[in-house]
Amino acid sequence: MTDTTTQTTGRGESPQKSGWQFLKGHLREYGILIALVVIMAFFQVATGGILLKPVNLTNLILQNSYIVIMAVGMLLVIVCGHIDLSVGSVLGFIGALAAVMIVNWEIPWLIAAILCLAAGAAIGAAQGFWVAYFRIPSFIVTLAGMLVFKGLTLWLLAGQSVGPFPPEFRLISSGFVPDIFGGENLNLLSLFAGVAVAALLLWLAIRTRARQVAAGAEAEPFAFFAGRNLLIFGALVYMSWLMADFRGLPNVFIVMALLIAIYSFLTSRTTFGRRIYAIGGNEKAASLSGINSQRLTFLTFANMGMLAALAGLVFAARLNTATPKAGVAFELDVIAAVFIGGASMSGGVGTVVGAVVGAFIMGVMNNGMSILGIGIDWQQVIKGLVLLAAVIFDVLNKQKG
Amino acid sequence: MSIILEMRGITKEFPGVKALDDVTLSVAEGEIHALVGENGAGKSTLMKVLSGVYPDGSFDGEIVYDGQPRGFRSIRDSEDIGIIIIHQELALIPLLSVAENIFLGNERAAKGIIDWRETHDRAAELLARVGLDENPETILDDLGLGKQQLVEIAKALSKNVRLLILDEPTSSLNEDDSAKLLDLLMDFRDKGLTSILISHKLNEVSKVADTITVLRDGATVARMNCADGVDENDIVRNMVGRALEDRYPPKGDARPGDIAMEVRNWSVHHPLHPERRVVDDVSFHVRKGEVLGIAGLMGAGRTELAMSLFGRSYGRDISGYVAINGASADLSTVRRAINAGLAYATEDRKTYGLVLDDTIRRNVPMADLPAIARNGIVDRNREAEVASEYRKKLAIKSSSIEQATVNLSGGNQQKVVLSKWLFADPEILILDEPTRGIDVGAKYEIYTVIRDLAAQGKAIVVISSELPELLGVTDRLYVMNEGRFVGEMPTGEASQEKIMSMIVKSGEVA
Ligand SMILES: Nc1ncnc2c1ncn2[C@@H]1O[C@H](COP(=O)(O)OP(=O)(O)OP(=O)(O)O)[C@@H](O)[C@H]1O
Ligand SMILES: [Mg+2]
Repeated sequence: MTDTTTQTTGRGESPQKSGWQFLKGHLREYGILIALVVIMAFFQVATGGILLKPVNLTNLILQNSYIVIMAVGMLLVIVCGHIDLSVGSVLGFIGALAAVMIVNWEIPWLIAAILCLAAGAAIGAAQGFWVAYFRIPSFIVTLAGMLVFKGLTLWLLAGQSVGPFPPEFRLISSGFVPDIFGGENLNLLSLFAGVAVAALLLWLAIRTRARQVAAGAEAEPFAFFAGRNLLIFGALVYMSWLMADFRGLPNVFIVMALLIAIYSFLTSRTTFGRRIYAIGGNEKAASLSGINSQRLTFLTFANMGMLAALAGLVFAARLNTATPKAGVAFELDVIAAVFIGGASMSGGVGTVVGAVVGAFIMGVMNNGMSILGIGIDWQQVIKGLVLLAAVIFDVLNKQKG
Repeated sequence: MSIILEMRGITKEFPGVKALDDVTLSVAEGEIHALVGENGAGKSTLMKVLSGVYPDGSFDGEIVYDGQPRGFRSIRDSEDIGIIIIHQELALIPLLSVAENIFLGNERAAKGIIDWRETHDRAAELLARVGLDENPETILDDLGLGKQQLVEIAKALSKNVRLLILDEPTSSLNEDDSAKLLDLLMDFRDKGLTSILISHKLNEVSKVADTITVLRDGATVARMNCADGVDENDIVRNMVGRALEDRYPPKGDARPGDIAMEVRNWSVHHPLHPERRVVDDVSFHVRKGEVLGIAGLMGAGRTELAMSLFGRSYGRDISGYVAINGASADLSTVRRAINAGLAYATEDRKTYGLVLDDTIRRNVPMADLPAIARNGIVDRNREAEVASEYRKKLAIKSSSIEQATVNLSGGNQQKVVLSKWLFADPEILILDEPTRGIDVGAKYEIYTVIRDLAAQGKAIVVISSELPELLGVTDRLYVMNEGRFVGEMPTGEASQEKIMSMIVKSGEVA
């Protein structure tokens, strides 16, 4: 009655994957890094070496600092399954608030800055409140916020520009960390810091890998591991040498680096981070696992508001005035950076480092195209196409798997 | 009888897993062909290959249908020649009407304008053929799961089906609805329709199948002809590769201890229709070391009862009293319920159980992250250890703990949900259909886990629509019908007939 046709041989675990297969599986993570390198190389050649001139590199970082700062917060919001369209307007509003407080009311700049950060957090919290506790779609709440704060900026400034700021305030954006080593033509602090951070990252990577191997977990092939980490190490050392050659480390750079480090750690290593990803991945399942999704969503928005405020201060300090035009359409660059960096529209996917790299891809393109004298019209077209290409690549890559 | 379908040498690989390895399947015209195998054996994958979900070229091997070799580029291609698949998860739109669902993507229309009259008439005709006495304009959501399943079949019939594939159609149906569905299949067979049936319910398989193909680890291991009867134990032996002595572990003779949880006068109203009482004045208790069963038909309100207890995750205007270990307990949020020692493993793993895009490693510890963290920082090695431990303990078939749960077979997803709650280590564990879609061997393992937990003094509540399972694994039973508890008995004194008659009687009184 039973005729056995085939005998099983057992399927067993798959053998060690080849490097090529591994690359196919992780194309996204390497892709973004490779894309940045390729784009930088392209503009370095096309601009005849201007892109990586010390002064231009420093400028590039200063120009993109506020986008990067907001991208970090936006990453959390998007991973959580939401979006915040109001960040550009909030940036402008906080800049205006700072100007009114510092220039018109002559409040000491430090106190004003702290009040501004608090105001930003409160704005984020107010929006997050509706999103988290009343389930009003974030797209709509923050679209409303965008209009409201654009309007309030105009009102606060009465349509005028307000400035200039006191020099100490401007240092946030235009200052450099003094060289305690007293290098003459070269800023030694910058160089040492760069090498130290690069070495630290390398050491952390090696340690993590050693643990993975010890635990028998899936690790990337050695060639990729070595290649990727040497690239990062080399790039960091080279950048710090370039910056050392100009005026050293900009203050904002330190702020940015700290934010990236803190939020990377927060998202990848803490229970808080895990929960945010779980909420974005499947809110119902997360809630039924005892995760307080409402409170965490609320906090994510409050955090975004605070970072937008920080970006507002940086931006105002950089321009040395608050204008009604500040922050217009910044939300688009920020959101684009996060998606180029591999985050998913539906939530639950994305990394801080990806978002930062995404921001720099946008930044390098802005900078490079300006140097080449490409008009703002074509710049927009090209940036739009790059965003589209990145996301198409993402989606196709996922479907194949 | 002529052969309608031959699949030869089918091999399908996913990154890191060979889901199918040189599989053969041969189906005769006009038969009911059952496809059985353990969770992750490759049944669903094989049917996706057949129906064009995985297009030609993404696998090796050949498909001969109706005497001709075929290559499908999409589901559309296979549907055009009469191969229709009904997936493990229903693909209907809850807020559209029955008629709209039946003709979705295949609308009765001329030049893009829908002919509602014909839609309606044809739908009524199809509903009659599947024996469903409902108005085609009923909104799908208002029908029970059993009826929705029939709508799926009506939808298949509307496409001139010749080969109907059903992937675990009865896994979420109660006995009654299942029996109806199987009768319908046999009826169709008499009219010449061929079908392929995937099921873990071997009693059904042995009842209706003409031929059985058994898959194991992605390969065909046996083809059984049922013309002169088939023994369930033979099927099991082929599936797991050895004989399975018992279906249920021994209950042991430890006496249940003190009352772990007591619920009094619990009432819950429907979240959208506040006038509807979904749970009506229910009182019950469960003791430490006891496995308590709640029997009832689909829609009796058992899931609603459990979810409303667990952090008020369902319903509104909830009233009643709960005591845990003799003291009044606050279960008003999920976190509080978990802290009070309660856990609820859902019946709906995709919607409520898993973060599908995340790996096994990340899903398992989700309900108790602090246990794998220090000062809020996740210890990733500990996390990997925990996930590996449960992967092994519950035999979760996967390439590694890094596999995304979306790519696991249905039964293995269920095991991840269970792992999550076992790891949270609750005192009172409510399991809602814990073995839905799980194979016989794994069921036994899960029953063993349940009995072990009880032996450790935990209180377990099992909600299940499979009466044999409740009889096999519980110590005491409540029967629920239409939101109320209508009976209670020690499992030793219960029988399927007794439970069914209680349900029927309570229905008559109401
Ligand atoms: N998209 C995918 N990516 C990677 N692996 C997959 C994918 N789909 C299925 N698999 C793997 O293929 C194997 C077979 O899965 P399949 O869903 O066919 O099992 P099944 O026999 O239907 O099991 P069940 O009875 O639990 O539904 C499993 O090990 C599963 O993890
Ligand atoms: Mg399946």
